[in-house]
Amino acid sequence: MSVYDSLDSINEELHKCMKCGNCQAVCPIYKETRQEVGVARGKISLAEFILSGEAEMTEGMAERFSLCTTCMACNQNCPCGVRFDKIILAARAEAVRKKGLHPVKKIAFTALKMQRLFDFGMKTGSVFQGVALKHLPHKSDRLARMRFDIGIGTEKVFPMLAKRPLRSELPEVVKVKNPKMRVAFFTGCMINYFYTDIGKAVVEVLTENNIEVVIPRGQGCCGIPASVNGDTVSARALARRNLRAFERLGADALVVACSSGGTAWKHVFMELLENDPEFSALAKKWSEKSYDISEFLIHKVPFKKEGLGRVDRKVTYHDPCHLNRGQGINKEPREILKSIPGVELIEMKEPGRCCGMAGSFSLVHPDLSVKISDRKIADISQTQTNTVATGCPACRLQLQSGVENAGIQEQVMHTVQILAESYRAGKKGSK
Amino acid sequence: MLAREVVEELVQVLGRENVLTEQEDLLTYAYDATAALKHQKPDVVVSPISTEQVAEVVKIAQRHQVPIYPRGSGTNLSGGTVPIQGGIVLSMLNLNKILEFDQDNLTATVQPGVIIQTLNDEAAKHGLIYPPDPGTVTTATMGGSVSECSGGLRGLKYGVTKHYIMGLTIVLANGKVIRWGGKTVKNVTGYDLVALFTGAEGTLGIITEMIVKLIPAPETRKSVLGVFDNLDKAGNAIAAIIRNKIIPATLEIMDNVTIQTVEHFVHAGLPLTAEAVLLCEVDGYKEVVERESVLVERILKEEGAVEVKVAKNDQERDLLWLARRSALPALAQKRPTTVLEDATVPRSKIPEMLKIVRKVADKYNLQIATFGHAGDGNLHPTILTDVRDEDEMKRVHLAVDEIFHGAIALGGTLSGEHGIGVAKMDFLSLEFGEAGVEALKALKEALDPNYMLNPGKIVRRD
Repeated sequence: MSVYDSLDSINEELHKCMKCGNCQAVCPIYKETRQEVGVARGKISLAEFILSGEAEMTEGMAERFSLCTTCMACNQNCPCGVRFDKIILAARAEAVRKKGLHPVKKIAFTALKMQRLFDFGMKTGSVFQGVALKHLPHKSDRLARMRFDIGIGTEKVFPMLAKRPLRSELPEVVKVKNPKMRVAFFTGCMINYFYTDIGKAVVEVLTENNIEVVIPRGQGCCGIPASVNGDTVSARALARRNLRAFERLGADALVVACSSGGTAWKHVFMELLENDPEFSALAKKWSEKSYDISEFLIHKVPFKKEGLGRVDRKVTYHDPCHLNRGQGINKEPREILKSIPGVELIEMKEPGRCCGMAGSFSLVHPDLSVKISDRKIADISQTQTNTVATGCPACRLQLQSGVENAGIQEQVMHTVQILAESYRAGKKGSK
Repeated sequence: MLAREVVEELVQVLGRENVLTEQEDLLTYAYDATAALKHQKPDVVVSPISTEQVAEVVKIAQRHQVPIYPRGSGTNLSGGTVPIQGGIVLSMLNLNKILEFDQDNLTATVQPGVIIQTLNDEAAKHGLIYPPDPGTVTTATMGGSVSECSGGLRGLKYGVTKHYIMGLTIVLANGKVIRWGGKTVKNVTGYDLVALFTGAEGTLGIITEMIVKLIPAPETRKSVLGVFDNLDKAGNAIAAIIRNKIIPATLEIMDNVTIQTVEHFVHAGLPLTAEAVLLCEVDGYKEVVERESVLVERILKEEGAVEVKVAKNDQERDLLWLARRSALPALAQKRPTTVLEDATVPRSKIPEMLKIVRKVADKYNLQIATFGHAGDGNLHPTILTDVRDEDEMKRVHLAVDEIFHGAIALGGTLSGEHGIGVAKMDFLSLEFGEAGVEALKALKEALDPNYMLNPGKIVRRD
């Protein structure tokens, strides 16, 4: 039985917890609030009280279960091996079954499901975004702030929507001469609509390594925003759509440059569709050939070192939770960065601590999200670097907002962008 | 149910945001880290930010006769923070500042909500340490560990929490504030209330500030591991080390059940057939550490260790300690419920105590692994069980009972470092008789006549 279908499915997981409270040492939310409900042990107890009938699933409960960035730091620090990420998913799905989805989220996830409408909205949005967003002068990135408060404050800095989404700008198949491999690229929404620069860097690096890139037009949202908030129905619909789109075009491997997308393809699609006769095998098949871009470039097809040009950057690397703890990928991005001539990698204190973005968490709990981010930004500024590299567009957004508001001179980039920059510099140098 | 005016008065003193009254929040203060204990949710949770606010809360509670349960991180193992009679949970976590570091007097002044590790990190910057190091060092608060008088791995050489508390600010049950002790090493003015309130589990007064002693950090350290095929030999080795005038910073023991579990968990290279493993660490000046570690190695061999490993560098040291650090996690993952006891005996009685535990495990058909601080006689018989299995839990309670009796018969004590709380209250007369229990009660009633502070812990009201 999957965690998405019943609270009973986590019964054993709950019983593993011995209430030692070790999760307090690493929980980013608890560090700020110092209230027991913020930490895993508190929410585990609430789930136990609901299961034992001592408490009911109220709206207040649903609100408490929203207090988690799903950073999985507690999983790692747990002496009993409790998978709190599973518990929180099950609790949220139960909240949705009993109390319904928060109205704003309902609209949002429905829109994500209706891919063509969503796409149209985002494209129209790129023309009209100036109405709501005030463009900030910035040396390299297109950033903006809300002109008025819609409930999330006006402090948050957002990237501007790209003029054209990545998937409209690039052909569905990017060909190379004598390809050694055909790789499908799952862009994810943030890279498609906001950070097209990351997407282009992925394609650039892959083609540079003689790999043909397929970017199926039929792909859509990965569904993680829906599944982590308990909207299992939407999440399943999105999983099926993506599997169909990629199966239709086929590829030797699939790459993502987004930690949510990677988690979706490697784990979540399989879990969501485990009882789906038509799709469970397909989900498994694609799960086995899904790679984060840094993982792909280190383990699957080692990227070519010749042709790397000099990039003068002092870089610090932020580990995205769902890449680091979620997929065990933390050495690979560092290995890539260290192999680029001119890059000096300077570690920050606690590079694996959550940045506080956590998707819609930052919209529902904006103040908390900013407090968590402030600690991260303080650690970053200590490194005296000029670039923050990371492996997730959502982290990039949060870090960008943080450094902008703190007024420190740091460019926030995806690791693969710096690698692309190096190949470019290499070409310039040889000419 | 609490009268609405009590909540209103609390809100007036502390502000709305520091007073929790919703069920969903209250339920998360119904327990602590103690296994198999009945939970009880409080009526309200308040988070003061000053001694004055704590005093005001106590006065409100007195006026309305509502019990107060002080709480830090809730990591204790004796039910010390469970609000068994409802009422007010007083969360000290927002009183979390290190107020002063005094390098000339080697003291730190801290508020009760400071996490022990935070103090350690700060002390390290000055080349100092705060030696008490309970297993919960990264989560437990100073207030909680002073109230429980936590021990830890370094007890043998460095003592326990009570040896490092020099002064306290205390809110009494009548709402008055007293300061006792201070930065002087010598102080015999009046009764030693600092000693009394340390380890009182919040039943006599509420600690709102403490002055703690710091000591210079040892220059270096070295670890030695000895493997034994016989319990008595391991026991003799412990005695021999001490007899040779070596006081290691830590001297830990793991029994066969622990070794087997740990070995399957982390593959640290421990022989599965070993009856006991001793892990010893000496620290201090380089020359002393060198001399003592050679001696320890020789003594372990002389006492019949089948294998002795000396860590040559930090990496090897970490590997040796990995096994010990993994003991509790490895055991905790075997069964859903982990009952962790802390019966303590004179160190010369360790082999006998281990045999008693093993006999009890056989008698009640339970899985009990024992590890602990051999150097100071503080063992952790750990019962692996499942709270949902009623029959087995009955046997667990009988086993615990027998372990307590065994420890006291050997001249030991019910609790070395976890405290009495609710979990061990019924066994007190076993250790110091009815007269002793009456003396405890007289003390309690002198300072808290209405049983307002952490009621139902240590002392039972008639």
